[in-house]
Amino acid sequence: MKPPTDRGSLALGAYVYAVLAFIIVPLVIVIPMSFSQNDYLAFPPSGFTLKWYAEYFDSRQWRAATWLSVQVALLTALFASVIGTAATYAMIRGRSRLVTVFQILLIGPIIVPHIALAVGLYLFFQTIGLSGTIPGFVLAHTVLTLPFVVFTMAAALGKVDANLEAAAMSCGASRFQAFRLVTLPLVLPSLASSALFAFIISFDEPVVSFFLSGVRQKTLPRRMFEDIEQNLTPVIPAIATLLIVLSILILLGAHVLRSRSVTR
Amino acid sequence: MMEAGRSHFWHSDGRQLSGLSTLLLLLPFFAIIAFVFVYPILQLLVISVLEPHPTLDNYARVVENPVHMRVLMRTLWTATLVTALSVVLGFPVAYYMSRAKGTVAALVAVCVILPLWSSVLVRTAAWSFLFQRNGLINSALMALGLTSEPFKLLYTQSAVVIAMAHVLLPFMILPIYGALRSIPNDYGRAAAVLGATRLRTFLEVILPLSLPGVVSGSLLVFLTALGFFITPALLGSPQEMMISTLVSKQIREVLDWPFAAALVGVLTVFVTLLAIVFSKTLRFDRLMGNAS
Repeated sequence: MKPPTDRGSLALGAYVYAVLAFIIVPLVIVIPMSFSQNDYLAFPPSGFTLKWYAEYFDSRQWRAATWLSVQVALLTALFASVIGTAATYAMIRGRSRLVTVFQILLIGPIIVPHIALAVGLYLFFQTIGLSGTIPGFVLAHTVLTLPFVVFTMAAALGKVDANLEAAAMSCGASRFQAFRLVTLPLVLPSLASSALFAFIISFDEPVVSFFLSGVRQKTLPRRMFEDIEQNLTPVIPAIATLLIVLSILILLGAHVLRSRSVTR
Repeated sequence: MMEAGRSHFWHSDGRQLSGLSTLLLLLPFFAIIAFVFVYPILQLLVISVLEPHPTLDNYARVVENPVHMRVLMRTLWTATLVTALSVVLGFPVAYYMSRAKGTVAALVAVCVILPLWSSVLVRTAAWSFLFQRNGLINSALMALGLTSEPFKLLYTQSAVVIAMAHVLLPFMILPIYGALRSIPNDYGRAAAVLGATRLRTFLEVILPLSLPGVVSGSLLVFLTALGFFITPALLGSPQEMMISTLVSKQIREVLDWPFAAALVGVLTVFVTLLAIVFSKTLRFDRLMGNAS
């Protein structure tokens, strides 16, 4: 096809690039701001300094919040990918009559507003002492990330020929051996990328964390929320820049895993 | 929600798992969803009708108090504006993305997908920098001589609508893109061969066939916008609350649990009913980027 050159296409192109700028500019704007010497967040940024990064890394509060979020996100990634993969495998290889219930429960955490779940969990976890604890955050984030793990794993597992496992089993392998030695290696890239996505969803999750955070146990998003709400310090652009870099790394990782995937 | 007709998605031939293994593998999933999702939501709904005594008074307070009704109406209106803005901004991008090839396609895809996987707080914070008195937008307007006094942009409903549309735009673009990609190229060519202009081909062939994607994206954006918390809480005015910020206030400041539970009940039941009515059009699996 010839590249379209008429006026309509040009207008469409211009409009699309304007929208893309609208999408991207607010994200990248924080990068120059994070290096600005201004103590208040004026535009345009001036000078160059790393002091806001130093302030973030030197602050005990920011470090504690970050460490809490890292722990929660790592455990969430582990739990969600194991539980999600087990359930998906059962739905694909089993003859369960639970398909409809499974699908409804899977969609639930996506449909039901996070504020509703956050408030419900706030009340529930307070009565059983899980509020503001790592297990509490991990349980909540596992529920929020499970749908994404299941969608990814259903696509991957659905492409693995069931006869491969059947063949392994007819050669004497147990069901578990057949899964571990035949199917698992084939879906490993997808499993790893679903763990990456679960990690980043948990690490950035703001609403449930907001309600479950205690006075001392605050996740990074909760600390950021307070900072933005109260005084909006110039540390925020520095943290935002670091978080954007993290998102890029996660997406790159997922992309590499995807291109390596045998089951694609 | 995926309809029953697509349940082949879950089944493959070959030797099946025994009933017991299936159950054991599903058990952790059902346990955590029941314990950490179904139970807390049900408990809130029960509180909303049983406390302080079996009553619908908590719901009556939502609809009878004009202040609370205004919050509900503002929430519906804001979600509608955000959805409309997302369609207007998102459709052309999805269309362009579905036609683009090579580097251009990759560039557009990155612009759409990167924000989806970056923190909502980062994106909301960025808008609060942009909307400040001395932020980029006011600086640009004053430099261009369009205004001598900086506008009040932050803590307005417009700020909330713009920032929410920005955050939710990928949820609009990806389903439309999925629908556009599933239209065979031959259809456009056939229309062209039969003498249709490019505009007419678009209006009579491409647009109608892409509508399921538009409906799906609009629902996703609308439903998510109704319960959005972070952006209204940080960019909106305390005088112009949305339902989620009102819930937060009831819990954190007023400590009125039954009323907060009723507000959550209204929101959850409304969103769930809409999702059930449109269950056939909502395709969540597309959000992971696999247009399967």
